[in-house]
Amino acid sequence: MSKKTLFDKVWDAHVVSSVENGPQILYIDKHLIHEVTSPQAFKELEDRGIPIFRPDQIVATADHNTPTLNQDKAVKDALSRQQLEQLSENCKKNDITLYELGHKYNGIVHVMAPELGITQPGMTMVCGDSHTSTHGAFGAIAFGIGTSQVAQVFASQCLLLTKPKSLRVSVNGKLKKGVLPKDVILYIISKLGTNSGTGYFCEYAGNVFEEMSMEGRMTVCNMSIEMGARGGMIAPDKTTFEYIKGREFAPKDEDFEKQVAYWKTLPTDEGATFDKEYSFDAEDIEPMITYGTNPGMGIKITSNIPKEENASFKKSLAYMDFEAGESLINKPINYVFIGSCTNSRIEDFRVAASFIKGKQKADNVTAWLVPGSKQVEAQIIEEGLKTIFEDAGFELRQPGCSACLAMNEDKIPQGEYCVSTSNRNFEGRQGQGSRTILASPLVAAATAVAGKIVDVTQEIEEMEAVGI
Amino acid sequence: MEKFTTLKSSAIPLNIENVDTDQIIPARFLKATDREGFGDNVFRDWRYNKDGSLNEDFVLNDSKYSGSILVAGDNFGCGSSREHAAWAITDYGFKVVVSSFFADIFKGNALNNGLLPVQVSEGFLNQLFSQIEKEPTTTIEVNLEDQTISVLDSDLSETFEIDAYKKTCLINGYDDIDYLVNSKELIEAFEAQKTY
Ligand code: SF4
Repeated sequence: MSKKTLFDKVWDAHVVSSVENGPQILYIDKHLIHEVTSPQAFKELEDRGIPIFRPDQIVATADHNTPTLNQDKAVKDALSRQQLEQLSENCKKNDITLYELGHKYNGIVHVMAPELGITQPGMTMVCGDSHTSTHGAFGAIAFGIGTSQVAQVFASQCLLLTKPKSLRVSVNGKLKKGVLPKDVILYIISKLGTNSGTGYFCEYAGNVFEEMSMEGRMTVCNMSIEMGARGGMIAPDKTTFEYIKGREFAPKDEDFEKQVAYWKTLPTDEGATFDKEYSFDAEDIEPMITYGTNPGMGIKITSNIPKEENASFKKSLAYMDFEAGESLINKPINYVFIGSCTNSRIEDFRVAASFIKGKQKADNVTAWLVPGSKQVEAQIIEEGLKTIFEDAGFELRQPGCSACLAMNEDKIPQGEYCVSTSNRNFEGRQGQGSRTILASPLVAAATAVAGKIVDVTQEIEEMEAVGI
Repeated sequence: MEKFTTLKSSAIPLNIENVDTDQIIPARFLKATDREGFGDNVFRDWRYNKDGSLNEDFVLNDSKYSGSILVAGDNFGCGSSREHAAWAITDYGFKVVVSSFFADIFKGNALNNGLLPVQVSEGFLNQLFSQIEKEPTTTIEVNLEDQTISVLDSDLSETFEIDAYKKTCLINGYDDIDYLVNSKELIEAFEAQKTY
């Protein structure tokens, strides 16, 4: 029998049929939807008189456009409110489960589904959002789709697709202290560039990922799209099974055992080949930050911005108001955002809290902490992290996408820098004229305390030296 | 979906690399629940100055250039999966986007909306840019049947790749939903004997 990759196994099991000289019909197990990319798809089906094929395989949440304050009150912005109401109405009309604003399961779609056990190994999952790649952390094929495709899945629970090529990125060795999963993925993207993954599905392999928590794996897979790949995957293992076990929608008892037996067959066969392979040493990775306007423009926090001659590099630096060759250490920063589907899970807030505890936020900084879901929010309170944050002057908001894409009121003002744990630093992403510096929750927390970018590795060493 | 066979038009040169979907249509304009009207806000933050006045330096505001072909720099459409980007470009009146590289999701979204992404070599793209900048009324012909893009009255011409199935869809003006809905029996049979 030919050797198969994890991706091959999951993909092949979902092929309904192949169009002659064309794409394949791929069956989709779970379809996640939210308020921004679904209304036009509902309308399309309605206009064409096509019913929703499998409403019970769809789960909806409100996240992109929701306020992070006063969620119990009516949403102020009329257009946002209308979009949210439209979602509720569409779900009700079509018998689709919806975790609307305020529901105990509400949250960012890519935080909510894994924590409820909806995301499982071996599944195919889609959502009208490019960071659907997050769910690949469980060994699922998960990818973002456009609204026309949302309509296709509504109509048939399938998509017409050409099988992507395969790519493997291996990282082996021991990560240095203070290096988080976010640094690992920012490092990989800085090395490979923003379109090296285009046309590929990526598998992350090596002991670094094997030793990572599910939260960390999700952070990594989340940003696969930032190197152009449709999705990323990590082989399911004991860590995966333990994470899923007992969650709300996870299979129970015997079913669970049966599924685990199947999930164990999924990892890439020894000797299976990939169309492209890269490997990196964990020892080379240090805390990272970005200096430009795409996620590939990343450097070690202690390095200097490189010097390049091309026009798009210069345009990017001009937008950021940085000089080629300069260091970012000591750059004053007025905004810090810890949130988004990349880094808004409980582990991210634990890391931030462990650094912040007993310290004070710098006066010049506005620091927003936005949990990924109601469940994360509840856990933050339960574990006493809320008190740590508030004592330090940080503002804990209610869950949602928030300043990651600044569709709601959470915008970074014109010209301001924001050290952000989100995934995109495009021009104006966090508000018109805003300047985003991507980093890990640890770097973000340290920035908020110092009021400027600091070498976090040194900070940790000092903390350890005095026994904190 | 509208049918696409050939198009002859002048073109607008957007000589910028890595144009991401946040530039094509900023998130604050995604609150609509229908597909129309996004063209008004395409490239919003480049087209208008901060005070709301027209940015005369931006190529879409340069009356020298017109047409339904957008010629753009490398890696066009990277970023989010928002189809609003494709809607904004078609709503503005473009039928073809030419670049030396397209982001995956954008390409799929474009094809699903009758917007043809034509991927050309870097050399050809540069020749196009200089030709259009020199002679803004240059007519470009895109022939989907033959998969060619040519500059009229010159020997500049290149062939481009397109998925055979997608090509048939565009030429006939039908889409994936039609195909999938017609495959319902197959899909139900698959569901009945799933192996996982
Ligand atoms: S947090 Fe940001 S990247 Fe994630 S789903 Fe929301 S908008 Fe998209």
